[in-house]
Amino acid sequence: MASDTVLAGKIDSLEARIDYYPTHEIAGFRLRPGKPFPFGATLVPGGVNFSVFSSYAFTCVLVLFEKGSVEPLAEISFPDSFRIGHVWSMMVFDLDCERIEYGYRMDGPFDTVAGHRFNKDKILLDPYAKAVGGRDVWGTSPDWDSLFPYRGRLVFEDFDWEDDRPLEVPIEDLVIYEMHIRSFTRHPSSGVRHPGTFAAMRDKIPYIKELGVTCVELMPIYEFDEFENSRRHPDTGEMLYNYWGYSTVNFFAPKAGFAATGRLGMQVDELKNLVKELHKNNIEVILDVVFNHTAEGDERGPTFSFRGIDNKTYYMLTPEGYYYNFSGCGNTLNCNNPIVRSIVLDCLRYWASEYHIDGFRFDLAAILGRDPWGAPLSNPPLLESLAFDPVLGKCKLIAEAWDAGGLYQVGSFPAFGRWAEWNGKYRDDLRCFLKGDSGKVGSLAQRIQGSPDLYGWNGRGPTASINFITCHDGFSMYDLFSYNEKHNEANGENNNDGGNDNDSWNCGCEGETSDPGIINFRKRLIRNAWTILMVSHGIPMVLMGDEMGRTQRGNNNTYCQDNDLNWLDWGLMDENADLLRFARNMVSFRMAHPVLRNRYHLSNQDYMGSGYADISWHGESAWNADWSDESRTLAFMLCGKHAKSGTVCDEYIYVAMNSHWETKCFEIPMPAPDSGKWYVAVNTAMPSPEDIFEPGKEPELGDQGHFLVTPYSVVVLVAR
Amino acid sequence: MAFDAQLAFKEKVAKITLTGSLDASSAPRFKEVIEEAALQSPTKLVLLMDSLEFLASAGLRVLIFAKQKMGATVDIYVVGSQGPVLGTLEMSGFHHSVYIQDTYADA
Repeated sequence: MASDTVLAGKIDSLEARIDYYPTHEIAGFRLRPGKPFPFGATLVPGGVNFSVFSSYAFTCVLVLFEKGSVEPLAEISFPDSFRIGHVWSMMVFDLDCERIEYGYRMDGPFDTVAGHRFNKDKILLDPYAKAVGGRDVWGTSPDWDSLFPYRGRLVFEDFDWEDDRPLEVPIEDLVIYEMHIRSFTRHPSSGVRHPGTFAAMRDKIPYIKELGVTCVELMPIYEFDEFENSRRHPDTGEMLYNYWGYSTVNFFAPKAGFAATGRLGMQVDELKNLVKELHKNNIEVILDVVFNHTAEGDERGPTFSFRGIDNKTYYMLTPEGYYYNFSGCGNTLNCNNPIVRSIVLDCLRYWASEYHIDGFRFDLAAILGRDPWGAPLSNPPLLESLAFDPVLGKCKLIAEAWDAGGLYQVGSFPAFGRWAEWNGKYRDDLRCFLKGDSGKVGSLAQRIQGSPDLYGWNGRGPTASINFITCHDGFSMYDLFSYNEKHNEANGENNNDGGNDNDSWNCGCEGETSDPGIINFRKRLIRNAWTILMVSHGIPMVLMGDEMGRTQRGNNNTYCQDNDLNWLDWGLMDENADLLRFARNMVSFRMAHPVLRNRYHLSNQDYMGSGYADISWHGESAWNADWSDESRTLAFMLCGKHAKSGTVCDEYIYVAMNSHWETKCFEIPMPAPDSGKWYVAVNTAMPSPEDIFEPGKEPELGDQGHFLVTPYSVVVLVAR
Repeated sequence: MAFDAQLAFKEKVAKITLTGSLDASSAPRFKEVIEEAALQSPTKLVLLMDSLEFLASAGLRVLIFAKQKMGATVDIYVVGSQGPVLGTLEMSGFHHSVYIQDTYADA
């Protein structure tokens, strides 16, 4: 008989539904053949429907544990009659869903050349598990000898969403804030009760709201193992973790270690509460999803889930049975296999419907367009399926359009009319212009318009371009203007990790300095970056902490650092209050001006009869931009009558950018006669608070015809 | 302490006094009491938790059930919760869905 401790007693509805009536009994558990769909463990009246797929397994055993127990409570072999095709399914009745953990044993061939790595000694995590135990509290050392380290759990889907649903904010109105759950509040200065958790982020929503961003993009929040490849730094002894989490253990389960209630198994509720509260504040949630590889690594890695269930299906394998490594992380998920495609679709549908997630950013998304042998597909079925899926119909889909195998698809990612891209060229061109490189003015003009050179040729608008200058990969913005070279010694890899193509500039001193001239100059460059980013067409994305000058002390690859290299120091709010004020006002400026947020590419023509093109280009002479290779200046004017493709009326906006080392006198074009005078909204050369003015409070420009633009500074005027 | 849930009505206010540990084994009893209270269509549900020592996720599930069972027009007051019980309500975010009070008179 099964233990009384896991039998929940009589289920009232059991007798009422003959399709949920036990027909078998094994090891004291009452059972009946299950339903193949949906995969995973699903609560049904009186019991749980377990369903799992494997193409090549001979047998399958359901292994049940009491929560946290080392030894299994029971092992129930699926009777052969319970298998339909390649799917084993079984209903088990009378389980105490709160106290059960489950896994599978799969027996099948171990023939590595043929791609099979079954091992019936392993207890495997269900790829469709909705919650995972075993890493319940961040940083708590696991039992390394455990036979069942990642433990499937059952989840109730009874959350009280009230009237919440995904917000469906038009993508052109987003300002994205890329952030890491733990980093956001783990620093002691955060002042929250449960640092580093979903609950803590919820406490900080007022800060996000005040910053003005309309969307948070969360670095991986589903179950990963911070102890994967963990080690101590050979010199400092510092513990180094899999901190960022770009290595998936399970695609459906939120990371328990990010929940204050993780030790209570309530991470699902805590995360849903966070999403619900963000939505109440009109802030969307985008998840960074990593479907390019898993935490099982290559043939030397552990077997805890996919490898033991159906290695040949889930992974791209060489003809010799080794793992293709287009991810740079040991293995590559076989995304265009129909089975794997289904799990990706099921997963995203689940997050969209059950967690009300507003969109997804796909890590190394170029991999999703490779065939099972690694060749790029011209019409990748997974990307098409995601683009046209009905549940995901209003979700934002954003690709990191490259991979570690050398496939670079910025501008050519198969978009199917839906996909946006992290625009790596925006980042590169902006960085070069900001530090005064020559030959960048032409590229800058493209980037400011939403990169029509990349996206216009196939009918994609500026909304295809996620504009960013910094992201989690690489320098923070403060470091971008404080270091010429990376300084990754803290990672324990002899400074060999991380990119070397940073396009950064230390402004005369490598790293920290007490020279006020250098400090102020760096801050001016940061303000320049914020300004151009916020007046560019496309979707701006900023990195957590860049609004207050967060430093990683020159480390451009902090993937393993669970310390203040990643943690946001909230003391910077005071220390760099001027930067924070500027960032808030710059976001506010963007949101106040629809002329900056067109859905379609600018035409460089006047189609509204205003006498001015929607965008016009200028330089030291009005109407005469200097496009020469040596030019480091550019100005443009947006005609307010063309805002939102002429559907709304906005003020005229004029932006002058000078990345030359000399002051330049810009001749200012006159706005339309009925558009009034020029007012100074932004001058990054000025000290705070005269560097930026709130919308409606801008001072009138004295000389309406000219503006002396200081070296390495940006000026924004509005006409009304 | 063994779990107990006592239901009392005063006009249209349902008052449930909870004692002991509200965990997986006791949650069904609590759910029964919630359903019993719902039958009389209360205008307000008051949960007295002064003597509730422990709240597991199963218990939280019943609170969620109570909120949905009673409907949006019935305010739920959680009275006298403290220590780990209050901590669980706060960490999971449930305290934003109900009114947390120190005393019944406040409710």
